[in-house]
Amino acid sequence: MSTGSSRRDFLKTSGALIVSFSATSLLRPFAFAQGQFDTHMSHIDPTKLDSWIAVGSDSMVTAYTGKCDFGQGMYTAQTQLIAEELCVALDRVRLVQCDTSITPDQGTTSGSQSTPNNFNTAGLAQAAATAREALLSMASQRLGVRVDQLSVANGVISGKAGAHISYGELIGGKRFNLSLSSTAKRRSPGEWTVLGKPVPSLDITALATGEFEFVHNVHVPGMLHGRVVRPPAIGAAVVSVDESSVRGIPGLVKVVVRKNFIGVVAEKQQQVVQAASQLKVTWTAGSGLPAQQDFYEYIRKQPSRDVLIVNSQDVEEKLANAAALIKASYSHPYQAHGSIAASCAVADVKTDRATVWSPTQSVYPTRSGVATLLGIPQESVRVIFVRGSGCYGLNGADTVSYDAALLSQAVGKPVRVQLSRKDEMAWGENYGAACVIDQRAALDADGAIVAWDCENWAVSLGGRPGYDHPGNVITGALAGYGPETITPSTASEPSGELRNGNNAVPSYVVGCISGKCGGAGKVRSERVLVHTVKSPFFTGPLRSPLRLQNTFAHECFMDELSAHVKSDPVAYRLQHLSETRMIDVVKAAAKAAKWDERPSPNPKRAKAGKTTGRGIACVAYEGDNGYVALTAEVEVDQAAGRVQVIRFVVAQDCGPISNPAGIRNQIEGGVLQGMSRALGEEVTWDEHNVTSTSWGTYHSLPLGIEVPAVESVLINRPDVRATGAGETAITVVAAAIGNAIFDATGARSRQVPFTPARLKAALDTRS
Amino acid sequence: MSIIALKVNGTVHSIDIDPETPLLYVLSDELHLRGPKFGCGLGQCGACTVIMDGDAVRSCITPVSAVNKAEITTLEGLGTAEKPHPIQQAFIDEQAAQCGFCLSGVILTAKAFLDQNPKATQAEIGKALSGVLCRCFTHVRMFAAIERYARGRRA
Repeated sequence: MSTGSSRRDFLKTSGALIVSFSATSLLRPFAFAQGQFDTHMSHIDPTKLDSWIAVGSDSMVTAYTGKCDFGQGMYTAQTQLIAEELCVALDRVRLVQCDTSITPDQGTTSGSQSTPNNFNTAGLAQAAATAREALLSMASQRLGVRVDQLSVANGVISGKAGAHISYGELIGGKRFNLSLSSTAKRRSPGEWTVLGKPVPSLDITALATGEFEFVHNVHVPGMLHGRVVRPPAIGAAVVSVDESSVRGIPGLVKVVVRKNFIGVVAEKQQQVVQAASQLKVTWTAGSGLPAQQDFYEYIRKQPSRDVLIVNSQDVEEKLANAAALIKASYSHPYQAHGSIAASCAVADVKTDRATVWSPTQSVYPTRSGVATLLGIPQESVRVIFVRGSGCYGLNGADTVSYDAALLSQAVGKPVRVQLSRKDEMAWGENYGAACVIDQRAALDADGAIVAWDCENWAVSLGGRPGYDHPGNVITGALAGYGPETITPSTASEPSGELRNGNNAVPSYVVGCISGKCGGAGKVRSERVLVHTVKSPFFTGPLRSPLRLQNTFAHECFMDELSAHVKSDPVAYRLQHLSETRMIDVVKAAAKAAKWDERPSPNPKRAKAGKTTGRGIACVAYEGDNGYVALTAEVEVDQAAGRVQVIRFVVAQDCGPISNPAGIRNQIEGGVLQGMSRALGEEVTWDEHNVTSTSWGTYHSLPLGIEVPAVESVLINRPDVRATGAGETAITVVAAAIGNAIFDATGARSRQVPFTPARLKAALDTRS
Repeated sequence: MSIIALKVNGTVHSIDIDPETPLLYVLSDELHLRGPKFGCGLGQCGACTVIMDGDAVRSCITPVSAVNKAEITTLEGLGTAEKPHPIQQAFIDEQAAQCGFCLSGVILTAKAFLDQNPKATQAEIGKALSGVLCRCFTHVRMFAAIERYARGRRA
């Protein structure tokens, strides 16, 4: 067999789960391979079943996915999916994740899109269903039994009379040679035996015993160590590099300079750390930074790209004639992904080809970026995903992959690059965007909302590199590729369908464009105007990008409106919602939390000392990609300005649940990460550069905190599309905490994070 | 460079290395151990933690020359996938991980503390972990796992 054989050999010979053997060992079975599936000689056709599923002669099922796991549970959930659709046990499935030589191009694993993409009727789910139907059809012919008379269990297909045949006997080691079937039927949730069950994480034993291979653990024979030297100030350019400043450092191999990209390579990590800190570089002064304390006012005044998302064109009139007009402004800082690992990658660049072991969420786009930087065809680059630490968006994973590729090309040997903590936090990652959001609402004489106007300013520079923009992260930009930036433009009237992917539109409006309505609420008079302005820092998606910032403003403002009319915050939300899935999560959270139904703030609150309160927030994530409501119960120490969350209750609906154990873990992590972001996390800077460059200056809540109770209510809906679940709960945390603080104290915090200084200022000025 | 003898997980290794090299680099680059991880290189996050003669130590800021004859235990030195140590088993039972990069620091810090303070209260355990970060915020499960281990240890 000329094609596919090495892939099959791999299937036959690799006895362990992919997580438990070395990433570099993956190379061996492919080293001499040619052909459609085995090498980068041609790409992998996602319309072909063989691109997704292979069955070994031992009936083991191997699945190839372009959606990878960095801690969010996709490895386990996708393994469940394959086991379910092919009716085999979990340990009969091997999942190969994100490798440009062997897995289909599924773009980026991000935005809570893996479940929508691979767990509905396309992608991996469609492939698995196609494979099952194909195997049944083959068995029908071989056994002479009609398909509807066959049953499948554990990879064996049986007729009623007892005749049976295994998957291995039907197809083992051979190709299906079929296209994905658009009519292949998924097993219905009612039949599920593996999906929908609380399956423990398949990689946790390897993680807990130190056997798991992270990208930081990849060792390639002959590998050298690299570090980068980033500019001391934003906008600084290289004037000169004094290589004599590092001469004499033992093991030093090379100082690499390419435009403003500088790196050093040495034999040992200790040597390269020394070289990077000792290298004398003269830089230009840089462009300077706007003062942080005035930043929210600064961004309002910048040229902007404007988009009107909805505009009923009667908002000003309704606001002018309102029984009450309420206004408030909210601001949210830049925040860091702050991955626990400073990013790392290994690259082995030969003259005509390159291999990169990368923690990227986007192996194919990274392949393109690496190819551009190296000046070789993308078909000559192989990017293999190896897990880094949790990333939550665009941390340093892509940029360090570029770093490793550039340094390896410069020395002609494999190079491992480990970013320093400062490299990661000052330059390595693309921050979650800062935002300022103005809200206005008109209330009628009965206190109902009749118009909602929202205008927001968000910053942007760079972002995910995609296939064409390596300059969207720092390494590409330093090497001479410009980042995508903002071209100012005025807004035109909204057209087409409602696009609420950033949750710029609050849940309580109808969301109508040309008579077609996609909102979750009842308020008919609506306008949402979004300004995007150029950021001085690189920005990118950070878990619930802009959705979190916008929802903070919407859900706090909703709370302010309900307080103004002295309505209970839950009842007031329900009064203005139309989407039943939203109504259901709000009711479910309130019920589980034993919600104390009354207006906020708490009339019995203590005016000094410690006081307690409860708040709620909810969102239709991205408009229709998951529904969540969250209650928070807090204790506020009014003398110290400190907030302690006592209990969170989450109600979440993400359609049919693939793995309730996995979702609960995601919810708990998301909620506590949201708490850390709401209470302490903020990127800071001086006139030249970022100053929050370590855990001493960027404030993450450590394990030592008093951990709040987190209770999850999962609403399972087997009859609808599966939606995302990784970013849903975090979206509402800052708002729920802010609303609980208001309930406890009567003071409204409109700026994240709610630091003691800010909270005390709010307490001092409360009415 | 000089020859340094290092006892790690019960085996003595002889390594020719610059004595100022952080212990972490020796464990990961020379001995290819996967347990201790580079998180910050500043002793701020805990990912590089190892147990050195019974104490939890941050290997990223410990020069290998400072180890002397101390016995070092890394995460893989506690137990194996086939036979995990009870504290590793507690983390498996409680599903106390997401990305898992911080696990080495969390498990070894908790183990060293409980070995020295078997009757520690929940608050004391929390305090012992006040310098350890988990950025996936798996806090709830991690404390459940540590409690489970502490209970089993006392029983």
